Amino acid sequence: MTTKLSPDDLVGAAGGGLLHRRVLLKSGLALASAGFVSVGHATDTDPAKAPAIENPASPSWMHQPGSPFSGYGVPSKFENRIVRSIGSNRDLPGNGVSWTPLESIEGIITPSSLHFERHHNGVPDIDPAQHRLVIHGLVRAPLSFTIDDLLRYPMQSQMLFVECGGNSNAGWHEEPIQRSVGSFHGLVSCSEWAGVPLAILLDQVGIDPKAAWVIAEGADAAVMNVSLPVSKLMDDAIVALYQNGERIRPENGYPLRLIVPGWEGVVNVKWLRRLHITDQPVMARNETAKYTELLPSGKARMFTFVMEAKSLITSPSSGQKMRGPDVYEIKGLAWSGRGKIKKVEVSADGGTSWMEAALQEPVLSRCFTRFRAAWKWNGEPAVLKSRATDETGYVQPERDVLVAERGRDGYFHYNAIVAWEIDEDGAIRHVYA
Amino acid sequence: MSMRSAARLFMSGASLLVSFPSHADPASSAPYLGKPLSAAEITQWDISVFPDGRGLPAGRGTAKDGKALFATHCEQCHGPAGRGATAEELVGEPTPPTAENPNKSIGPYWPHATTIFDFLRRSKPPEKPGSLTADQIYALTAYLLAANKVIDETAEMNAQSLAKVKMPNRDGFIRIDAP
Repeated sequence: MTTKLSPDDLVGAAGGGLLHRRVLLKSGLALASAGFVSVGHATDTDPAKAPAIENPASPSWMHQPGSPFSGYGVPSKFENRIVRSIGSNRDLPGNGVSWTPLESIEGIITPSSLHFERHHNGVPDIDPAQHRLVIHGLVRAPLSFTIDDLLRYPMQSQMLFVECGGNSNAGWHEEPIQRSVGSFHGLVSCSEWAGVPLAILLDQVGIDPKAAWVIAEGADAAVMNVSLPVSKLMDDAIVALYQNGERIRPENGYPLRLIVPGWEGVVNVKWLRRLHITDQPVMARNETAKYTELLPSGKARMFTFVMEAKSLITSPSSGQKMRGPDVYEIKGLAWSGRGKIKKVEVSADGGTSWMEAALQEPVLSRCFTRFRAAWKWNGEPAVLKSRATDETGYVQPERDVLVAERGRDGYFHYNAIVAWEIDEDGAIRHVYA
Repeated sequence: MSMRSAARLFMSGASLLVSFPSHADPASSAPYLGKPLSAAEITQWDISVFPDGRGLPAGRGTAKDGKALFATHCEQCHGPAGRGATAEELVGEPTPPTAENPNKSIGPYWPHATTIFDFLRRSKPPEKPGSLTADQIYALTAYLLAANKVIDETAEMNAQSLAKVKMPNRDGFIRIDAP
């Protein structure tokens, strides 16, 4: 079915068939979307298991009672292929990552069950009654808090992305990786995090004026620790107890996670057990040997906390297939560790011309922002790109600019513009363009 | 204790329902529920090891002692002589990395020797973290430093000597978002 548009609508707002944003607002307009083809979920071919053919006008589920109530809901069985993809160490399965399937989610909130994971030695099974948060070091009064204590403090919630510093690292590869957008860029997720502003607890222990750093430590089997400037933690860090309205999932830090808005995932310490107030960083393994970026000069960037502005087109995207010439909705996500997204531009001609995409409200600081644009694909080869600008004026760089500045051995903090190439058959692949 | 926190302590003990001006910042309405920690309790919790050696425990070990421990606990994943297998390589030349040789193993890349001790003590071996003695951890640290040609095969590592080891790449880092 071809979408019905007026002649005016078809006047391109930028090259390659990008359409004015009023096209998105047309009521009742059906936009096509790219779909998946054979990306890891084969349909059931056993005829004995094939579902009965229903009459959509009067399906069987309208003629029998449905299931009773459930204490805790789960997704429809028909959605069971929407899962995190997992990459872990063969000898140590608890060391690795799982990626959020960004191509399969809508809006700006990531379901907690699909939030990306990075564990260094598995998910601890923590009894909250026996967990403590201790704060000590350069303080007037070292204190220990139980989870019940913390639940009695004033709380705040914020919608915030958390992105692994190693997200998108395949972008440094010499050849463009061919994976779904989630399995390439999905070490980023966005949740509503609620908990106690850390400044309240730091105020109660009484920070010594000589204190400059806080070493945050988790209660997992890696006892993961990192150093953070005390100024940032006083400013806006949260000792989070809730994620998306419920207590944080074990794999996301239950019962307590340090949330450091806009800063790389590793410093958002899960299973938080200790805050050591000091005059200097501890120089832990994960802030020296890892999460530092080697430059062509031989020097390495260290304490690169802020996640710079980034955007991705999640549909159409790598591994999907166009359903033939039609008007499509280009949609994607943008975020910046420095504040709000100010604009996202999209290009359908590899960056020769750009058009500003519509930003869906709400547009929040250090939160996913959903962008959308209408695009008339005429069936010819095209290269789609998106480019984010944040409220500080920072513009997401082209890949060649980022590589010229950083080389290809830094591994972490890859935020270059992503390009998807569409061929005459509608197949979509990742390209460097 | 300041007047302010003393007052807060008193109020939280008296009643959690004390009303505050509606525009008060959250801190001023927070209860004061933390339990004071004694110095002895803090010692149980505090496992931070700093580059200047603060936090290193008593104990000692040499590369010779560490070799057998490495074979038992590390080699399966990190490969013979720490040259890498399913887990990363740990051994390289004791010269800072370059664009031509961007090696990030311990000798070329790690800026502080104390980090080795700290990481081994908190995280290793992965199937039973926290199971090695201080002597064993000093021995493994010595083995890794000697394999990277940062120290002599015979050098003993302890709280004093480990803090004095200068790593080849100590000055190889530029701080970006922190002072």
